Amino acid sequence: MAVLASRNLTRRFGGLVALNQLDLEVEKESIHSVIGPNGAGKTTFFNLVTGFYPPDEGEVVFNDVSLNGLTPDRVTRLGIARTYQNIRLFANMTALENILVGMHPHLTSTWIGAVLNTAATRRDEEAATAAAVELLAFVGLKGRGDLLAKNLPYGEQRRLEIARALASRPTLLLLDEPTAGMNPRETIEMMAFIRHLRDERGITVLLIEHQMRVVMGISDRVTVLHYGTKIAEGSPSQVQSDTQVVEAYLGRTKWGRPENGGHA
Amino acid sequence: MRVSAGRWLGDSPVGTGLIWGAVAVFVALAGMVEAFAERRIIAGVVALGPALPFLAALGAGYHAARRAGGRGALAVLGRGVGAGAATGLAVAGLVAAGGVLNLRAVFVNASPALFSLLSLGLGPAGGFLPILVGAAVGMGGAASSLVSDRARRPVVTGLVAVLVIGLFQEMLQLMLAEGWIQSALRELLFAPDALSRAGSVVVFFVAAGASAAWTYRGERVRQQLMRVPPPQRRLLKLLGLGVGLAVMLVVPLVAGPFLSHVLVLVGLYVLMGLGLNLEVGYAGLLDLGFVAFFAIGAYTVGLLTSTGGLGVAQLSFWAAVPIAVLVSLAAGVILGVPVLRIRGDYLAIATLGFGEIVRLLVLSDFLRPWLGGSQGLLTIPKPSIGGFELRGPEHLFYLTLASSALVAFVAARLRDSRLGRAWMAVREDEDVAEAMGINLVNVKLLAYGLGAAFAGVGGAIFAVMLGSVFPHSFQLLISINVLALIIVGGMGSMPGVVVGSLFLVGLPELLREFADFRFLVYGAALVLMMQLRPEGLWPTAAIRRELHAGEEMGASRQGAWATTRHPG
Repeated sequence: MAVLASRNLTRRFGGLVALNQLDLEVEKESIHSVIGPNGAGKTTFFNLVTGFYPPDEGEVVFNDVSLNGLTPDRVTRLGIARTYQNIRLFANMTALENILVGMHPHLTSTWIGAVLNTAATRRDEEAATAAAVELLAFVGLKGRGDLLAKNLPYGEQRRLEIARALASRPTLLLLDEPTAGMNPRETIEMMAFIRHLRDERGITVLLIEHQMRVVMGISDRVTVLHYGTKIAEGSPSQVQSDTQVVEAYLGRTKWGRPENGGHA
Repeated sequence: MRVSAGRWLGDSPVGTGLIWGAVAVFVALAGMVEAFAERRIIAGVVALGPALPFLAALGAGYHAARRAGGRGALAVLGRGVGAGAATGLAVAGLVAAGGVLNLRAVFVNASPALFSLLSLGLGPAGGFLPILVGAAVGMGGAASSLVSDRARRPVVTGLVAVLVIGLFQEMLQLMLAEGWIQSALRELLFAPDALSRAGSVVVFFVAAGASAAWTYRGERVRQQLMRVPPPQRRLLKLLGLGVGLAVMLVVPLVAGPFLSHVLVLVGLYVLMGLGLNLEVGYAGLLDLGFVAFFAIGAYTVGLLTSTGGLGVAQLSFWAAVPIAVLVSLAAGVILGVPVLRIRGDYLAIATLGFGEIVRLLVLSDFLRPWLGGSQGLLTIPKPSIGGFELRGPEHLFYLTLASSALVAFVAARLRDSRLGRAWMAVREDEDVAEAMGINLVNVKLLAYGLGAAFAGVGGAIFAVMLGSVFPHSFQLLISINVLALIIVGGMGSMPGVVVGSLFLVGLPELLREFADFRFLVYGAALVLMMQLRPEGLWPTAAIRRELHAGEEMGASRQGAWATTRHPG
């Protein structure tokens, strides 16, 4: 069953067609990768799914609900969360506060309750803090909660961003290059973590990734975009052997981008 | 950060000194030296006005020493002397030029009296004197950069204490007018119009001693406080709060009407500052029309309570205040709606417009039959509690204090709530905040509405303080003042609002001569703050709540992150 489906999804920026009539289905509890050269429309696709841009044509359907016309906060409340290619944490808030902001949609306390410090508000806040501390430990950041997000090292910022996304209790998680800038060992940890999310928490993962070792290692299904158009889709091995993909994507005959240094 | 001009001027001590010398000359020609000449600090020794150019020399010496970059102590002192002398040279140059040219044709303040002050009474012949004094002061500045922070702090504290007490001696002497203990203290410290020499020594050593004690013992005291178990710590906190409250209750009795009036003004700015802080400090929504809400609060109370022709209900103050708060809140929301999608610079301009619109509306002939136009609303009665009328500034001080405390309490609760976190998320990154499920419309309108409501409380008190409301009280300048005090105090910091108000509103009121130079000093203060202490005088601290008592930092990390941490 498809959790997320895009139908005929099109988005233009001026004369540029960033995404062209994309049909894409993400199966429940799968790990689905979207790959393609820079400018292929991958991040645009994420922005359309999360409601950040409205589509020019077509629609995105999530659990049989059309997302057209919904603002990003409404989309998040339906169970979609995302991370960003260039980490976008709330830099001047602590790690714990970042996660608490992620929980925002599930908290019920009102500002009047907060001013009066009602029992319900206190219970709500205590439960939220406990859950946030638990999430910190879940991503391996126990004891780092009181540090400002901007003071965390890069790898921990990436994990905090995922924890913040998980805080909204998504059923679909969109990860935009989660292993960017990571060394091989951190990359392997991240792959294990993504698998864990799917296997233990039942979260469907939609992934943009450049490191082919990651894509081939954990994806159930891969979609290849090129200049906004889908040129191939299938299992990692199917896509890998697709001649059109090899030509269009790299202009060469071997997988792996130069800066990734032969993750063939 | 350093501009290219600074590269060839500022790297040599003489260049640094000349830059500061230019500041000294500017201050002198702007008239500050003469204006403050009568503000004696230590009797027969130093007055504020003539000291100003040499404060520049102090800055020059310190500045040059800081750029010495790992040279020996003698070389550093030498640079300080050079820089200070260069500053003095600039001052001497001004004196010499004043002897030859008719500077007064251009600079109205370049009077013989000024040159006499600058040359320390010797006239053109004494031109060498500023150079000598500048060199000595510059060496002092350089020396201060050589000693450790712990050694410098008591000295600086002592000097600042002498300066502050010297500046406010008139007021302090008035407070110490009665009672034999007070008189004895006054005799000890003060000459008729300044600190006495002996008094200044006493003040210096008491302040420096207290500072040294705090520097050396304070850390241990703080640690001991941290070790106190939570229930008792709570008790200690309450005790501290009680003592603070008792002090505040006594203040107007000691301070007298004038100082109470100044404190009421400070309190009104605290109220506005706390409101604007919700918008700017927490939610990051710049608002340059904030005075509009202050005006709306004031006019609402005026209309509802006035016994004059324009009064509509003649309610009591206490009944009118909640209505004024609600009206201001509604005004905040109404302002918020059109600017919801506007960001950054454009937001500043749009809100600026709103502030002016409100002022022009109350001034307009169109609304004159209801709001009184430029004549304003008159005969607003003072508030009373059970037949006791709150009339003088001492009484209004309590009203302002209670309102500020209540508003600060509400602001603190809001800050620590889910809404407060949402505001900060919007401040940090609006798009991501929305992607986290935060409804931007609700959250922003609440920031505008609640911030406006706080200002409305201030406006209500302002109306009864004056007993009348006029449009000209609600100039753009007030919005700018409030914004400036938030920046100086520290964005998003509530104690910072109080500190900022005391500095930017209280000080200029107390130093009468200051009024003429208010905006010159504002500008300089803001530029200096941005350069030296951009986080403000009393910045916010990150709240700690992950680890409660007993748990240690860096405890074992577990969870789905399988392997141990490794460097990289």
